Amino acid sequence: MTKKEALLKYTLRLADNASILGHRLGEWCGHGPVLEQDIAMTNIALDLIGQARNYYQYAAKLEAAGKTEDDYAYLRDPLDYYNLLLLEQPNGNFAHSIVRQYFFDIFHYLFLTALMSSKDKQLAAIAEKSIKEVTYHKKWSGDWILRLGDGTELSNEKMQTAINVLQTYVGELFLMDEVDEMMVKENIGVDLAPIKEEWTRIVQEHFTEAKLKLPDATWTQKGGKQGYHSEHLGYILADMQYLQRTYPGAVW
Amino acid sequence: MKDINIEDQFQAKIDAEIKIEPKDWMPDEYRKTLIRQISQHAHSEIVGMLPEGNWITRAPTLRRKAALLAKIQDEAGHGLYLYSAAETLGVARIDMLNDLHSGKAKYSSIFNYPTLTWADMGTIGWLVDGAAIMNQIPLCRCSYGPYSRAMIRVCKEESFHQRQGYEILLTMMKGTDAQKRMVQDALNRWWWPAISMFGPNDAESPHSKQSMAWKIKRFSNDDLRQKFIDVTAEQAKILGVTIPDPELKWNEERGHYDFGQINWDEFWEVVKGNGPCNRERLEARRQAWEEGAWVREAATVYAEKKARKNQEAA
Ligand SMILES: [Fe+2]
Ligand SMILES: [Fe+2]
Repeated sequence: MTKKEALLKYTLRLADNASILGHRLGEWCGHGPVLEQDIAMTNIALDLIGQARNYYQYAAKLEAAGKTEDDYAYLRDPLDYYNLLLLEQPNGNFAHSIVRQYFFDIFHYLFLTALMSSKDKQLAAIAEKSIKEVTYHKKWSGDWILRLGDGTELSNEKMQTAINVLQTYVGELFLMDEVDEMMVKENIGVDLAPIKEEWTRIVQEHFTEAKLKLPDATWTQKGGKQGYHSEHLGYILADMQYLQRTYPGAVW
Repeated sequence: MKDINIEDQFQAKIDAEIKIEPKDWMPDEYRKTLIRQISQHAHSEIVGMLPEGNWITRAPTLRRKAALLAKIQDEAGHGLYLYSAAETLGVARIDMLNDLHSGKAKYSSIFNYPTLTWADMGTIGWLVDGAAIMNQIPLCRCSYGPYSRAMIRVCKEESFHQRQGYEILLTMMKGTDAQKRMVQDALNRWWWPAISMFGPNDAESPHSKQSMAWKIKRFSNDDLRQKFIDVTAEQAKILGVTIPDPELKWNEERGHYDFGQINWDEFWEVVKGNGPCNRERLEARRQAWEEGAWVREAATVYAEKKARKNQEAA
């Protein structure tokens, strides 16, 4: 793998993460538990889709093959999608969506903080632009961790169930592969080992306050970053890509 | 004696275009009319999120997806302003929502029609937001202060929605035959429901006269409908689509378009609950509310716990 190929893949991973989670949050629009939270989730969806567009546009520039942001989002198959498995998991109930969001937000914040000093000017710039938004995301989901963890017995139980279900996807956030190694070596990418430590510390502290438990990892589901997904991504893309695939070349 | 006096004073204020504010005296009927109208309006914003929400996951480009999400989010915001405006009249949001969920309160019938293709996203913006603007611009001058101020904010965003919707259609009309077909079909389906949004003919509109005197309403249903049709017929020409009304024709003498009869039987059937999506829309709102119950309860309990802790610390 050349450095250029690695950088493209690295960028697409970041784009896909933002796009897929934004897509999932968009499914909540109109169905939230209360109007104010409906608006908040749409806000986060919009931030993430905006970030995805920045990364896809950069990918198009890197690849220099005349592609657009939409070619990446709408015309790649699941095998060529590189988002983390966590982010494609279904919305479930509000607890699932909050835990998914919170796990990612803490990671995302730490990751972008490090990415801001990337040697790659464009990635650093996108990270810097995104960090303000993500600071708000992690505040929002973090507040809900407290409210629901330390709310009623029922809400605590629902949260703990969601945590236990989603915990198996956490390990993938910190898994390094060849692409990551190469990007770290070039001072472009982020070393995930210290992020894992910091993430675990923050989440454990927060969970203790929220009367929740972060179970010990027993098994890590992985593959998303390499294009091997859960069954859910196929359905996400079937919806997302429907118009572009049905009417090739049409302008919308 | 005293009552007559105060009522005269109230009407004098309205005639002098002085806004009525929440703490001012107002006739019970004025209050009731406003609560009914503003809460119906708020419900329409919220239920109106659903037909467009139906296309978020299938929006054809990232730009369109973001624009659609932002548009629907605006509608949620309109709902919020309007519930707040209604609350200034002494009714709680929860009571209004209960009335929506029980089917007692109404919302605009237009949202009981299905969104079948992407062209519906353009057509709703063009016609539904367009008709909403026509209805709402006069409301910016409504005699009740909080409603009038809410409408000023709402109208700015609605006109943006309308332009955005129209632009979706313009893009599609420059595209393939399949796209053009979608646009014409969407217009065929939405046209009559859209012009019905102005409500029954003036002769059939029971509340209109009093609302005009109170300056809640400024123009009659038929006047607004005519104005909308005059503007929209021209926009349809630019777009290159045919409005599905064989009687639509410019009338030189009147200086307006003539148009055909609205099918009022269908209109009243949809109002009564027999539109294609009445059941789904209400069910979606109820389900969201019921499934959110544990979340709202937990938030309340947590806030109480926190307040207690702060008190103990103080
Ligand atoms: Fe609106
Ligand atoms: Fe609107």
